[in-house]
Amino acid sequence: MSKEEPAVPATDAIGKLVQEFSKLPGIGPKSAQRITFHLLRSPEEKAKELAEALTSLKQRVNLCSICCNVTESDPCPICRNSQRDAATVCIVEQPQDILAIEHTGAYKGLYHVLHGAISPTEGVGADDIRTRELLARLDNNSVNEVILATNTNMEGEQTAMYLSRIITPLGIKVTRLARGLPFGTELEYADDMTLTRALEGRQEF
Amino acid sequence: MPDPREYQTEAIVIKKTKLGEADSILTFFTPRLGKIQGFAKSLRKPKSKMAGHLELLTHSTVSFSRGRGNIPTITGAQTINSFMPLKNDLWLTSCGLYTIELVHQFTAEHQENYGIFELLADTLAGLCEVENKELVLRYFEMHLLESAGYRPQLRQCITCHRALDPATNYFSPAAGGLLCPDCNLNQPFSYPLSLNAQKVLRLLQGEDFTATARVKIDADLEREMENVISGYLKYLLEKEVKSAAWLDTLREQRLQFKRPI
Repeated sequence: MSKEEPAVPATDAIGKLVQEFSKLPGIGPKSAQRITFHLLRSPEEKAKELAEALTSLKQRVNLCSICCNVTESDPCPICRNSQRDAATVCIVEQPQDILAIEHTGAYKGLYHVLHGAISPTEGVGADDIRTRELLARLDNNSVNEVILATNTNMEGEQTAMYLSRIITPLGIKVTRLARGLPFGTELEYADDMTLTRALEGRQEF
Repeated sequence: MPDPREYQTEAIVIKKTKLGEADSILTFFTPRLGKIQGFAKSLRKPKSKMAGHLELLTHSTVSFSRGRGNIPTITGAQTINSFMPLKNDLWLTSCGLYTIELVHQFTAEHQENYGIFELLADTLAGLCEVENKELVLRYFEMHLLESAGYRPQLRQCITCHRALDPATNYFSPAAGGLLCPDCNLNQPFSYPLSLNAQKVLRLLQGEDFTATARVKIDADLEREMENVISGYLKYLLEKEVKSAAWLDTLREQRLQFKRPI
């Protein structure tokens, strides 16, 4: 699907901004125009605040040298927090996954962000995600358990299986987030794979 | 007669592309409609009823509804075979992904090819059951090439049409088959192919996989055949097969120890 050319030429200030907004995910040329004209009508301070937020995003946000999460300070607040269990590392695909897990309040260990998942058909291999940083981190014998919290799709499963094969020989306990029926769903719609895993992972009630 | 607005077909999921917040565009290979695409709304949300039935390498019955857009919407899916052993093993999943990438590359949309559908379904089942996975892949490659119209000529020299001597001959991707040593002199690029490799590849071109599966093949011979066929595939596609690079990584790292190949 090709995006339509914006009605305003890209050479002037309005056109340029419309063009830039329409490059963002989920924003088409019409939405881009609407945002641009909204900003044009807004007070100047509002536009400046947005511009400053954008600039500081790229200037101040970096990757944590320990867990590869996005952070403004290095190490990130989670890695710096001495209250957290440094012997457990939860491996996630994206920084957003940390937000979801932190929201539960159920996990007090540390994280490692891979920034992707192994996807052979897209040409993404183990060296294209942050496995090297992970292995370097696991080398110093301070980690007892690694929790594989990659997505439960084909790429996430491949990544989990690969990591399990390379981490297990290091003598570290490797666990995978339970896979089964999500809360609030109906059993009759579940597929074989989900039901099998749900049965395998059943717990005493 | 116009195409029906709603229809149902068996299909194997061969590609998934993310779209927007939680939607996906899926590519299927079907018995009667060939390669087709479908739009799946909210497939990536945890409560999607269809997600498990529409995972890559899954053989399902899929219902479509044709709207105003180019791509029909998927309205339902039910698994026929999820090839579970395949998905529980890193090496087997990677082999499976390699087969669907090749099917995707070698087929055009809406071109019916029942042979390729059957071959893909049998190969995925074969990967779950047969011991020599590499041989299953070679059988798949040879028959996919045949179904796509690129069957390599292995019985006689492709240039002089003379019967080949039972000795090392040369496989030329550009010529699409074997060359005798004399004709090979004029070829810019070809692979030497041992007599044993020629024999096994000829066997693989036949219909009977069980007969081929009984042949004992050592690692060197396996590597030789893999090398020649991948060179031919790369020549035809004019690009690398991405998942083949991953299979090579796994082979090198010997991570598949759990299930010997």
